[in-house]
Amino acid sequence: MNQPVSLSSLPPLHPRAFRMPAAVGGIVRGLLIGLLAVAIFGPLLNMLIWTVTEAWYFPAKLPVRWGFAFWTKVFRPEAGAMQALWTSLVIAVLTVLLSLAIAIPAGYALSKRDLPLRSLFLLFFLLPQAFPTIAVHLNIARIFYGLGLTGTIAGVMLVHAIQGLVFAVWIASATFAAIGSEQVEAARNLGASPLRAFLTISLPLAAPGLMASAIFVFLISLDEFSGTFFVGVPNVRTLPLTMLNAALEGNYQIASITALLLLVPSVLFMLFVERFLKADVLSGVGK
Amino acid sequence: MARLSSTSGLGRLGPALLLMAPAVVMVGLLFVYPLLVSLAFAFRNESTGAWDLANFQKAFSLYGNDIALTAGVTVLATALVGVLAIAIAGYLTLGENPRAVFVLRWLYRWPLFIPFVVAAQLMRTFLAKNGMLNNALMSLGVVDPLHAISLLDWRGVVITFVWKQLPFAALLISGAMASMDRSMIESARGLGAGRFRILLEIVVPQVMSTVFVALILSFVTMLSALSVPMMIVAGSPTLLTVDMAWRVNSYGDYGVANALGFVSFAMSGVAAWFYLRQGLREGGKPR
Repeated sequence: MNQPVSLSSLPPLHPRAFRMPAAVGGIVRGLLIGLLAVAIFGPLLNMLIWTVTEAWYFPAKLPVRWGFAFWTKVFRPEAGAMQALWTSLVIAVLTVLLSLAIAIPAGYALSKRDLPLRSLFLLFFLLPQAFPTIAVHLNIARIFYGLGLTGTIAGVMLVHAIQGLVFAVWIASATFAAIGSEQVEAARNLGASPLRAFLTISLPLAAPGLMASAIFVFLISLDEFSGTFFVGVPNVRTLPLTMLNAALEGNYQIASITALLLLVPSVLFMLFVERFLKADVLSGVGK
Repeated sequence: MARLSSTSGLGRLGPALLLMAPAVVMVGLLFVYPLLVSLAFAFRNESTGAWDLANFQKAFSLYGNDIALTAGVTVLATALVGVLAIAIAGYLTLGENPRAVFVLRWLYRWPLFIPFVVAAQLMRTFLAKNGMLNNALMSLGVVDPLHAISLLDWRGVVITFVWKQLPFAALLISGAMASMDRSMIESARGLGAGRFRILLEIVVPQVMSTVFVALILSFVTMLSALSVPMMIVAGSPTLLTVDMAWRVNSYGDYGVANALGFVSFAMSGVAAWFYLRQGLREGGKPR
């Protein structure tokens, strides 16, 4: 073995000999990261420019007239965007409440590793993510039509909840599993009922993980498109549908402003979600 | 001590089933049932009332090109997501420049929480003929204004899918790489192996199952996306999701829509089969 030990852990003995490749590597690395930054932020920047554009014609590289004229158009009541934002938020909150109410007990049951048929149940709850949803959505719409649920907030909420439930159940299960059972068992030995032990010990300990799953479900509902597209017609118009209409009408400004409205909660939550979602929970998802 | 006996074996399943019942019922009624309806009614000939392959014949003759395009676009986008996600996760795991690793970690996640509809709108402006991409290429002299082309066709869909799904796959894969045992990496490094070789020959094989999960979830998500092709692709050829929506909304033709749905289920089934085969092969390998 005449090979040196790990090169990275030792300072190079002859810095001059390593300078050239390191510099070339640094340039390549800088270029690649720069390219990724452009690829990620370029589209975002392009949209932001459109939100403050009043006129922009093809060969011009930047808008020929800037301004907030289209913002007043979007925020006018008759434009429907504010109504759509409100509808989206109401549906998202209801979806979170329903999904968590159903997912918390299920996740708690699934957090016990020795549960018989556990992986079968986990697989069952994965189904809505394992199949392309579109054909399911149009058949749900057909079924809901017979039940009078199409075009209602309740109908749209149910469709959103089924998409959110997958993540809610899996995150809740991983969260409860990460807590461990010592404290619960101690409480049980002191005479607490199972329900009381759950409410006073497991639930508070799981709160950060459950908060993360609530955020996930909220964002899924806000983003949900095809279910709303089929089930929501003709009365329920969420923000994504409003954005689609603006975009297909060729109104770049209104579509971009609506997109920005949809983006704000996502970016806010991205900044906060890491606080709630610990790495050990993430690594436990699906285990 | 009565508790101890009830916590072992199948006795546990009773209370757990009770806790899981609402979630099971919900997935059953709102996902499995419509899924089965969709699969069955793909074979239902609405005009004669018989069960035959008429819907499929019609679907293939009308939308054969779109079926091929959908398969091509989703497979290509999934492959690109896989290669790029492994590259990003690999650099996060093996990168030796802490500043570059930090920047990359901060950078790559941005599209994760950006809704699909918003991503579609971003790309609709960015990739258009007058979009920032063409403007930048024109400024660099790579493209002259007369030859500026809009990428708003299948290429735009691939770009949008990769842009949106890459952070998700990279997050899962880098998580798996981070929880790997590093001793093998260090000893390979000690023997003088390059980082590229370490990534391909040591790291990737160990996280292969996570790579497959990430890619299959991405693949299914792409097959389900209605908003992206609807907003990016003008006219034909387009993706199956748009065709399904069109069949239902314009003709009330659930038969052909369900047949197309069956085709997209079959595509995700092929992907799942690859995954299961991989799982079996891994399971059969001594660890």
